[in-house]
Amino acid sequence: MAASILTLAPQGLYCPAGDFYVDPMRPVPRALITHGHADHARAGHGAVMATAETLAIMALRCGAGFARSQQVAPLGETIEVGGISVSFHPAGHVLGSAQIALTQGPEKIVVSGDYKRAADPTCLPFEPVACDIFITEATFGLPIFHHPDAAAEVAKLLDSVAMFPERTHLVGAYSLGKAQRLAALIRQAGWDRPLYIHGAMDKLMHFYAAQGIALGEVIRVADTGRAKLPGEIVLCPPSSLGDAWSRRFADPVACFASGWMRTRARARQRGVELPLIVSDHADWAELTATIRETGCREVWVTHGEADALVHWAGTQGIGAMPLHMLGYGDEDEAADQAAASA
Amino acid sequence: MNRFAELLDRVSYEPSRNGKLRLLAHYFRTTGDPDRGYALAAITGTLNFANAKPALIRGFIADRVDPVLFGLSYDYVGDLSETVALLWPAATAPAEADPDRRNAPHNTLSDIVETLAATGKAQLPRTIALLLDRLDEKGRWALLKLITGGLRIGVSARLAKTALASLRDCEVNEIEDIWPGLSPPYLPLFAWLDGHGERPASDTAAQFRTPMLAHAIEDRDFAGLNPAEHVAEWKWDGIRVQAAAGTGADGVRIARLYSRTGEDVSAAFPDLVDMLVDGRFGDAALDGELLILREGRVQSFGVLQQRLNRKTVSAKLLVDYPAHIRAYDLLYENGEDLRQLPFAERRQRLEVFVTRAASDRLDLSPQIPFESWEALAAARADPRSAGAGEDAEAVEGVMLKRSDSPYLPGRPKGQWWKWKRDPFILDAVLMYAQRGHGKRSSFYSDYTFGLWRKGSAGDEIVPVGKAYFGFTDEELKQLDRYVRDHTTNRFGPVREVAATVDEGLVLEVAFEGVQRSTRHKSGVAMRFPRISRIRWDKPSRDADRLETLEGLIAASAREGSGAEPGR
Repeated sequence: MAASILTLAPQGLYCPAGDFYVDPMRPVPRALITHGHADHARAGHGAVMATAETLAIMALRCGAGFARSQQVAPLGETIEVGGISVSFHPAGHVLGSAQIALTQGPEKIVVSGDYKRAADPTCLPFEPVACDIFITEATFGLPIFHHPDAAAEVAKLLDSVAMFPERTHLVGAYSLGKAQRLAALIRQAGWDRPLYIHGAMDKLMHFYAAQGIALGEVIRVADTGRAKLPGEIVLCPPSSLGDAWSRRFADPVACFASGWMRTRARARQRGVELPLIVSDHADWAELTATIRETGCREVWVTHGEADALVHWAGTQGIGAMPLHMLGYGDEDEAADQAAASA
Repeated sequence: MNRFAELLDRVSYEPSRNGKLRLLAHYFRTTGDPDRGYALAAITGTLNFANAKPALIRGFIADRVDPVLFGLSYDYVGDLSETVALLWPAATAPAEADPDRRNAPHNTLSDIVETLAATGKAQLPRTIALLLDRLDEKGRWALLKLITGGLRIGVSARLAKTALASLRDCEVNEIEDIWPGLSPPYLPLFAWLDGHGERPASDTAAQFRTPMLAHAIEDRDFAGLNPAEHVAEWKWDGIRVQAAAGTGADGVRIARLYSRTGEDVSAAFPDLVDMLVDGRFGDAALDGELLILREGRVQSFGVLQQRLNRKTVSAKLLVDYPAHIRAYDLLYENGEDLRQLPFAERRQRLEVFVTRAASDRLDLSPQIPFESWEALAAARADPRSAGAGEDAEAVEGVMLKRSDSPYLPGRPKGQWWKWKRDPFILDAVLMYAQRGHGKRSSFYSDYTFGLWRKGSAGDEIVPVGKAYFGFTDEELKQLDRYVRDHTTNRFGPVREVAATVDEGLVLEVAFEGVQRSTRHKSGVAMRFPRISRIRWDKPSRDADRLETLEGLIAASAREGSGAEPGR
C-alpha cells in the first residue's frame, strides 16, 4: 500500500500514526466509525469516535456499554489524533453516516464508508471532499446497477396496494435507514394510513422520529392482536419476508426495497413478487461520478463488486486497488441478526 | 410487444404455479391473433430464427460497452438478455428525427417476429439495434429473450399447455395429443379453444401420445403393495422415447421418434427411422428406451451421449454408435388404442409385436421374476446375477408396474414405481467455485471438488468433478458466503478456495457411476454428480482419496453396478 496514513491490518483499515482503526471488524483499542450498520459498527472497542447520531444508534443496538469511552465527532470539525487531522463529513447513507477524512502533511485520504448521492429525507446529503486517496465501497459496482428515482418506486408500491386492496403488502427493508427512508417517502407520496412495522424496527423508528423526521403513525404488528391487515403496508426486516411470521397476513405480496432488486434472479431467489429498487448505496453512475469529483489520484475499493470499478478507474488514469475486505457488505445478514436479537 | 413483455415480466416474478397459470390464461384469453400464437411459440421454445442468434447480440453489445465491464456484468447477472437490456445505452436521438427509426417495424409482437424472420443477416444487427433503442428496459429484455431462445422465466411447455387447456376446460393431455401437428401462430388451435373452430386433427398417422411416468418409491410404500400384483423390469439408463409409425392418407409411410416431452427427434436417428418405416413394423406406437448396443451389449450412458444433440449424423457415427430401442409398452396397433388395457395384456401384445417386427434394433425389456420385496431388493442390488448379465452396468434400478395398470398420461398415483439404485457416495474437498446462471445467478453455485492423491511433494488434491445442485437455497447462501470468505485466488469468473490438509470444506458428493476419461486431469469422470451433504464438521484431511474412486471403476468392471460403497 502506497500511503502511510492507512494500512490494511487483519482487523481492518489501520492508521499507525494515530493508532486507531476505521470501522474495524474485530474489537480494537481505538476505533473511528462511519455509520451504525452492524457490519461497520461492532461492539467491544475501547474508545469510539463517531457522529452523535451514530453513537446513539450503536447504543440503541448494542447497549449503552458498547465501548469503554465515546467521543462525538461534530461534522466538519477537525480533531487532531496523534499528528493526524481527522474530520467527519456527511455520507448520505443513513442517519449519522459520515465519511472520515485523514490528513497528514500534504496528503489527504478519505474513507467514505457506505454512501449514496440520491436525495434522502432522513439524512444529510453526501458532501464530496477533495482528496489524494479515496476509499470507496462498491456494493453496486457494476454498470448494470442503476437506481431509479426512489419516489417512482414508492409509487409502484402504492399502485400495487390500490390494485390489491384485499392483500397485505409486506415490504422487506433493512431496519436501520431503509425502513425509515421508505416510511418518509411513503408519507411524502401522500399515504396517510398508519404504517405497520415488525417489532425489530421499533427502537430505530422511534429514534428517527425523535430526531424530527416525519414518519407519521407507526404501529407494531404485535400490537394489532391477530389482525390480518388487508390493504395495509407492513415494513419488516428482509429475513422476515419468508418467515412463518409473514403467514399471519392476508395473502401477502412480498416486496423488497433494495438495490439488489435490479436483477431478476435476485428477486426470484428471495421469492419477491414486487421488487422495489431503492438503495442507500451509490449506483454505478454515482460511484464513478464521485470518484471523479474527489479528484483523487488513487482509489481503493473496500468491498462489493470491486473488479469492474478498478478496471474503470484504470481506463480513467486513476490508480486503483481492491482491498477485498471480508465482513463488509453484510448489512443484509447483519441487519437480520440484529432483528433476530432485537 | 408491450403486452408480451409485461406477461414475461410478471410471470418471471410470480412464485406460484397457479399464479403463473392465471397470468398465462389471462394473456391467451385477452390477446388477439397472431400475437398470442407467437407468444405461445416463444414460451414453448418452438420459435426459431435463421439469422437472429445470441452471438449477434454479443457482437453488437461489444461495440457499445467496454468488453471487460460487459464480461463482469454478464458473469454477475447470469443471463445474456437481461445483461444487455440493463446495459443498453439510452437512445440518443428522438425517434422522429431519425428516418431509419421512423421506418423501423411497428412494435407488435407479430411485427417483430416477422421482421426478425425476414431480415437478412447483414441487415439484422441494425434492425435489432433500432428496436432496442425504441423499447423500454422491459421491452428490450423481452425482445432479447425472443432472440436468444430460452426464456428461463420458470414456465415449462407443459405449464403453457395447461393454461391453454383452462381456456376450454379440457384436459392438458388433449392439447398434448394434437400439439405435434400444430405450428406457430396456432390459429386453428386458438379458434378451437375460443369455441368457434373444429378441434385440430391430431396427426394420427404417427402421433405422439403423452407418456406414462413413474413415482419414486419410498420405503414406507412397500407395506401397502402386494408383490403378486406387480411385475418388475430393469430401469435402463438411456433416453425414454416413443416410436410411432403409420400410413398417411396418401399411402406414404410416416415414422417418428419422439422424446418423452413430445419433441420429434427422428432426424438424429435415421437408423431407427429405417426400422419404423419398414412394413413389418406396421401402424403402431411403442414406448421404450433408446440405447446404444454393440454386439448385443448395452453401452453406458456416456456412450449414448455421443449420439445425442447432434445436428447432423455422419455415416461413421451410425456405425460406431448403433441405436436401439428396448420396448417397454405398446400403446397403439393397427387402428386400436391399447392404452386402456391392463399392462399384462399390453405386454402380451408387445411380445407378439416385437417378435413379428423381427428387427435387430428392437427387443423386449426383460422382466425380473420375484416372489417378495426382499427378492426384488436382492435383484436390484445385483442386477448382473439377477438376469441383466453383461448389461448390468446400464441398469439404474428397477421399475415396478401394477399388472392391471392402464397406460395413463402423466404421472398417475399408485400405478408405476421407480426404485433407483443407491448412488455412490464420496467425501470430496471444495476447490473452485463459479457463479451460476438462471435462478442461481450471482451466487457462487458451481463447485469443482477434488480428492486426495500422492503427489511429488506429499499429498495433493486433484479435481475430479463439478456439481451445481443437490443443496437447498439456504445451503447455497452458506456455500456462497464460504466461497467469498475463503477465496485464495481469482481467475476471471472462477474463485479458488483454500483446500489444504488444514483448511477446506468437505462436500459429500453422490453420483451414479464413474468412467475413465482423458478429458479430466484425474483421469476419471463421474456421472450425474451432486452435493448430497455439506460436511461442515469434517476436516479436509479426512476426505476420500482418488484411489477409492478409481477402485469403483475396477469394481464395476468386475462385479457390475452391484458395487455399492458409501451407505
